[in-house]
Formats: sequence, C-alpha cells, structure tokens
Amino acid sequence: MSKITVENLVKVFGKKKNQALQMVKEDKTKAEILKATGATVGVNDVSFSVEQGEIFVIMGLSGSGKSTLVRMLNRLIEPTEGSIFIDGENISKMDKKDLRKVRREKLSMVFQNFGLFPHRTILENTEYGLEIQGYSKEDRQQKAEIALENAGLIAFKDQYPNQLSGGMQQRVGLARALANDPEILLMDEAFSALDPLIRRDMQDELLNMQETMNKTLVFITHDLNEALRIGDRIAIMKDGELVQLGTGEEILTNPANEYVEKFVEDVDRAKVIRAENIMTRPTYIEIDHDGPHVALQLMKKEGLSSMVVLDDDRNLQGYVTDKDIVKAVQRKEKSVKDILRKDLPTVDPDTLVSELFDVIQDSSTPVGVVRDGKLLGIIVRSLVISALAKDSEVHE
Amino acid sequence: MEESILDFIPEIPVSDAVESFMDWLTGTFAFLFDSIQSFGKFVMEGMTDLLILIPPVLFILIIAAAAFFASGKKFGLAAFAIVGLWFVQNQGLWEDLMNTITLVIISSLISIVIGVPVGIWMAKSKWANTIITPILDLMQTMPAFVYLIPAVAFFGIGMVPGVFASVIFALPPTVRFTNLGIRQVPEELVEASESFGSTGSQKLFKVELPLAKSTIMAGINQTVMLALSMVVIASMIGAPGLGSEVLSALQRAQVGTGFVSGLSLVILAIVMDRLTQKLTK
Ligand SMILES: Nc1ncnc2c1ncn2[C@@H]1O[C@H](COP(=O)(O)OP(=O)(O)O)[C@@H](O)[C@H]1O
Ligand SMILES: [Mg+2]
Repeated sequence: MSKITVENLVKVFGKKKNQALQMVKEDKTKAEILKATGATVGVNDVSFSVEQGEIFVIMGLSGSGKSTLVRMLNRLIEPTEGSIFIDGENISKMDKKDLRKVRREKLSMVFQNFGLFPHRTILENTEYGLEIQGYSKEDRQQKAEIALENAGLIAFKDQYPNQLSGGMQQRVGLARALANDPEILLMDEAFSALDPLIRRDMQDELLNMQETMNKTLVFITHDLNEALRIGDRIAIMKDGELVQLGTGEEILTNPANEYVEKFVEDVDRAKVIRAENIMTRPTYIEIDHDGPHVALQLMKKEGLSSMVVLDDDRNLQGYVTDKDIVKAVQRKEKSVKDILRKDLPTVDPDTLVSELFDVIQDSSTPVGVVRDGKLLGIIVRSLVISALAKDSEVHE
Repeated sequence: MEESILDFIPEIPVSDAVESFMDWLTGTFAFLFDSIQSFGKFVMEGMTDLLILIPPVLFILIIAAAAFFASGKKFGLAAFAIVGLWFVQNQGLWEDLMNTITLVIISSLISIVIGVPVGIWMAKSKWANTIITPILDLMQTMPAFVYLIPAVAFFGIGMVPGVFASVIFALPPTVRFTNLGIRQVPEELVEASESFGSTGSQKLFKVELPLAKSTIMAGINQTVMLALSMVVIASMIGAPGLGSEVLSALQRAQVGTGFVSGLSLVILAIVMDRLTQKLTK
C-alpha cells in the first residue's frame, strides 16, 4: 500500500464551483474555466501516489498550484472534489476530531517563511506540537530538547526566532516538525527563502537526515536544481495540472512537453557554472567589532594573506592584507578602518565561470560575490580552475 | 407652511414608533432594569467608598510607583502624577476624582469584557463581521448625548445610566482592534498552528490572542479614553464626579471653578492614557 494516494483531486476557488467542476471533468484548462465562470482552478484533477520513505518533489512555476495541493494533503485547504488516502485512510472524508488526530500523529509541515511563533522561544516553538497534544511540561520539553539537540540548536533554545538567522530559523522549523515524530513531512518551499550557500547546506542536511529517519517527504520547490538534488521522483505542475511525473533522469532525458523542456533547458544553462555555485563561505571580520588582533588570529589560523571586512549586516566594506595587519598590530591600533582597502573585485552571483576567470586572473585577492551590497561568498583562483577543469571533463 | 411636492405622503411617525418601543421595553423589563440599577449602584458606591478610604497620600504614591515601574524606571510620568494628583487633592476635588475613576474603571471593564469576545467573533465569522460593522459605525457616529436618552429611560439618573451610556460610547475601539488584531495574524502562523492539530481554542489562546495582544491593547487604551470623556458628559444625567463640577460651573458661569475641574480632568486623562499605554506595551 502506498503511504499517500491522491485521486482526482480538484480545488476551485471562487463562486460557480459546480459549473467550474463540470468543466474540469470535460478536461477544460484553468484559463478556459476562469474565462467562462470567473472561478480559479487551483488544482486541476491531480492523481499520484507516494511510497513510504520516498522524497516526492512537486515542482512548478509560481501559481501552478503547488501550495494548494500540499495543503489539501493535511486539509489546511478543503478539497473541492477528489480523495486523499494516507495509509489507506480517507483523509478527505474525516471529521474534525479524526483529522486533528492525523495532523498530530502523522503529518508535520514546514513553511516557506518558517512559520515560527514570534512570541515563543525556540524551545517553546519546538514544543508546540506536543503541547497541544497534552504532554506534560517535562515530557514535551525533553522531546523538544532532543529535537533541538539533533539539529545543533540547543544553545539557542531560550532565544526568540527573530534573534536567529534565516537558516537557523528554518532548522528550528524542521526540528519543530520532527519533534512529534511524524511519519510524513510536508515542506512547502522550505528552503526557497534562504541564501544559496545555506540552501545547499540545508539540502545536504535533509538528505543526511532522511538516510537515518526514513520519513515520507513531500517537498515543494520551484527550482529544478533543488528538485533534482533531493527528489526520488518529481511531479511537475502547470496551471494546476500534473504534466509529468518521473525520476529526475526521466524528466531530463524525456521531457513530456514544451513546458517541461523549458525547465530542463534552465538546468542545462545552470550546468554552465555560475559564481554562486562555486563560491565558498568567507572568513571575515566585522568592522565595528573586530580589531587587528582578531584579524591576525583568524588569518593565521586559516592561512590567509587577505581577508574581507563586513559590517554587521554583511555589507561588504573592503578587505585587509596580512602585511597591513601586522603593522597595525605593532602600532597597537584598535580598529582596521585605517588600513581598509576598498579595491576588492566583486561579481554578481549569476556571473558565469568563464567570465569569472578574467576577473580573478589579474587579482591578487579573492573575488567577492555580492548581491545588493551584501557579501554572499568568496571565490579564490583555485576554485575557478577546478570548476573549469570539471566542466571540460563533462564536455569531453 | 407651503405645500411641497415632497408632501405626497404624510409625515412617517418614526419618533412615535421609537417612543412606544422604548415604553414597551422599559415597561416589560422594568424588573430587570431595576435590579441592574440597584446592583450596579451598590457595587459602584461601594467601590468609591473604598477608594475614598485610601488616604490620598498613599493613593498618589501607589499611582506614582505604578507609573515609575510601567515606564521602565523613568521619573517623568511618576513626577507628573504626584504633582497633578496632589493639585486635585489641594483643590478639594478628591472625592469627585474617586467617583470619576470608579465610573471610568467600571465602564472600561464592562467594555472590555463585552468588546474582546465580540471582536473575536467578528474575526472568526464573516456574518458577524458584516452585521456588526455597521452597528459599530452607528455607535461611533451618533452624537454622544444621544446615548443619555435611553440610559435615563432604562435606569433613571445617577451612576448606572452614566456607565450604560459610557459603555455604548466606549465599546467600539476594543471590538474593532480585537477584530483587526486577530485578522492581522500572519496566515502562515495560523496554518502552522492548525497543521499541528490545534483545536480552535488552542489556536486562539496560544497563537492568535498573544499575537494580537498589542493591537487589542491599543484598542483598550482608546476605550478607556472614550469612557473618560463620556463619564464627563454623563454628569448631565446625574453621574457624580469631576464632570458634575464642570457642569455646575457651566450652569452658574463660574469660570474659576470650571477651569480647576477641567484641569483636574485633563490631569486624570493624561495619567490614565500614559499609564494604560505603558502597562500594555
Ligand atoms: N485563497 C485563494 N483564493 C483564490 N485563489 C487562490 C487562493 N489560493 C490560491 N489561489 C490561486 O490558485 C492558484 C495556485 O496557487 P498556489 O497553490 O499558491 O500556487 P504555487 O504554490 O504553485 O505558487 C493561483 O492561481 C492562485 O492565484
Ligand atoms: Mg506556493
């Protein structure tokens, strides 16, 4: 038996539902139905099933009905028609009480903007699912602490969500979802709001976690790279309809129609590597907090000859060199402001590696990858060379 | 009077109809209004008597301490409260002040006890929202004096009709802000709460109300201020307090007394406003 089975699921928003539903049955498209009835078809006659332990990715452009579909699985959105079975039980027919039980015991959800409660600490957020089930304070704290421990977040348990970075907040979101040990995780664009580097880390963590936990995951994304990276199977949606369902390999080699082909082309272009794909995490100092001593320490430790300087919002201020730093330390200066150099070459995250090569060749420093003034990562020469080398291997 | 083209039907007897409806209401429910009247009077007179029993020095110090701690250990408001309340006491208006405070507190409490649940109801039910919104609009656009008429009809004169009129006048902000506060809770947080299997009341008490709290408190602050202004107007129907001093000064054209009582009201208003604002941050 499949873990989740969805049969002929339809969601119509707006009035004239019956007329719209009739048109859905006549295989009319979302645009036709909107024109004739004024109703928006969120999900148009979708069927699929998900196996236990699978990572099932639902992918599509914005507005294609992904969020609506995933919210019908736990009935945050009521289906207009069709059935959903979880472990053979018909979710769509359940009364409120049974539905609550399924939500409490079988399904957890992770949200795009993390969905953390701002008035609760990290621990209290993580406890939430257990608290509403009536666990005693001790029990639920213990379980929540284990979940936070596993996520490496226990040190932050008494802080509030807004004190944490986006990546950390989403780790909390995930820990909270896992705290009541659900069988199924629903993740609606869970990583879409994160920076590229952090996003990759989170994808890796999720895959690692999945190896030991063996949950069933329904993962929504609009990014085919992400889908290919983590999905066992991928369902592609367009205008509420499911246009192709298959493994990443199948979709890449055999796109079902033009729409899917367009997506796949995007991947091809992404294969020509961009700055954001190869950049690394920068070692940096903060201009207002760190002085030459800190800088020297860090540079020694990491074996660097220059290091970037940021402000506390990660805006790039410039860089310092090892020679200047040694002098500043000797002169007992407190700040690096006087020795700050401003001529760090920077590039956009979308810059292709071929273009990067020219920039980095005449530079004695690494290149900063910057968007809106914020430093996302840095690129050193060796990274570009190895990326180009791999790239040519692929083409040969 | 000249014949007008508009006179093709006779005057519709609206005022007569309202009057006979009110007669019916007061007649039929006389026992109810009477018992509310005597119970309310008992409670409020008791409360005022208790307040008067507190020595003014102690009362002023308590308010000053509350102001001091509520404003994060700053002296500004506390100092103002001491000087201001002392002035009221010095002018021999202490008992009036206590009467006014009783009326404001009781009116505000009743408004909150009614207003918050109604606001929640409006946020949850589309029907409630469409029906109650125009009623709130009406309540807020009616001149305040109008409420004195049914108040007198139901409860005669004194404190109880004063509170009745004040509650009607002061209720809308609490209702509106509660409604708004709950509607403003981000959709994703409501979904998060539901996705874990919360019941309706768990969602309300653990997520929606805590997140709407500061908005609701802003509404309550407005309610307190409106209650104060209405309590003054209610002196026209015999509600005791600083307002009645202003009224009698007005009737006798005593500029001096009027000024002093008016100033006392302003002092009370400022202290109450700042204090509720700070307590609810
Ligand atoms: N509450 C709603 N009322 C009306 N239309 C909606 C509602 N929610 C979503 N839709 C419509 O349904 C379609 C699918 O939306 P959604 O599931 O959010 O897409 P996605 O998550 O893929 O971006 C869109 O056309 C959207 O405008
Ligand atoms: Mg979406």
